[in-house]
Amino acid sequence: MVSANSELAYNSKIEGDVVVSRADAVINWIRTSSMWPMPMGLACCAIELMAVGASRFDIARFGAEVMRFSPRQADVMIVSGTVTYKMASAVRRIYDQMCEPKWVIAMGACASSGGMYRSYAVLQGVDRILPVDVYVSGCPPRPEALLDALIKLQQKVKREPSASKLLSA
Amino acid sequence: MPASPDAVAALKGGWAGVTDRASLDHPAVDVPPGDLLGVLRALKASHGFDMLVDVAGVDWGVGARPRFTVVYHLFSTTAHAYIRVAAHCPDNAAPELPSAAGLWPGADWHEREAFDMFGIRFSGHPDLRRIIMWDGYPYHPLRKDFPLAGIETPLPDAEVSAETKAGLIAAPMVGGPFVAAPGQINMGEAEPRAKDESWSERPPKPGA
Repeated sequence: MVSANSELAYNSKIEGDVVVSRADAVINWIRTSSMWPMPMGLACCAIELMAVGASRFDIARFGAEVMRFSPRQADVMIVSGTVTYKMASAVRRIYDQMCEPKWVIAMGACASSGGMYRSYAVLQGVDRILPVDVYVSGCPPRPEALLDALIKLQQKVKREPSASKLLSA
Repeated sequence: MPASPDAVAALKGGWAGVTDRASLDHPAVDVPPGDLLGVLRALKASHGFDMLVDVAGVDWGVGARPRFTVVYHLFSTTAHAYIRVAAHCPDNAAPELPSAAGLWPGADWHEREAFDMFGIRFSGHPDLRRIIMWDGYPYHPLRKDFPLAGIETPLPDAEVSAETKAGLIAAPMVGGPFVAAPGQINMGEAEPRAKDESWSERPPKPGA
């Protein structure tokens, strides 16, 4: 026996075939629930990124388990590792190949600021070539920190005026 | 195959220019650049040094003469012995030595790295391009007159460079994320060693 009071989900028998919401809420809900990462694994942070994807930490709990190695199918680029100047052009090119809307997480000290690599060969922060949404500290960050960054990014995306952006585009 | 002490004596007998080189571990010889390929070939063919372990460049300093040296480490897989062969580049401005890639295919990438980092050219090399820095990078970073912090240059990709307005910037340790100043942070927790700029800037080289 299921009483009427225990109904938590949408029930078409009660509410009919219509759900009323704001376009922003619906679009952002769709976007945040399936953020497919582009794993830009460049150094040791990529190992932590793999741990985030594996069963113990399981990024699938937040809808981002579908690591896409094709930038055209990805929503969020996770720059995990040291970006050398030689690699910087490739990183930027892959970012350019991603479809809008797209976001960037700079994972770890190197991607955020160049980290300990103050040298002729290392880009001093990937934000010099990409618009970064979330920075994660750590060398490397704990997997929980990256999950936290993903949740932060989802909260940020939920505040975006997506509908008006789409209409004005 | 004969052991390596015989090899040094044989080399000194065969080539007048071959001299002993100071060494703490393995037998070592200095070889004039003109005799280098002949010596390496003889070591490989007649003395059993069939494996090229390492090709290393040395920059002795801006005013040093000779300034650039290339050091070869050979190993004999039968006698289990090493030998070290060093050759000074005759020209400081355009250092050049013959390539050993014809003797050991493994010399190919070693020499490309020595060329990339020191600007030492290897004549007869099949494909002497940079191996670590990108093609078109104007400097040789491991030279003594190159600052660790780097020198401003554009990014390798002109399109990306124009789009992002970003380029290679000099990144000295001072001003970096791991340098603490007194009063700003607990110096007991900070890293005072990072304030030592002696290896990051351009100090006068001793013996130059």
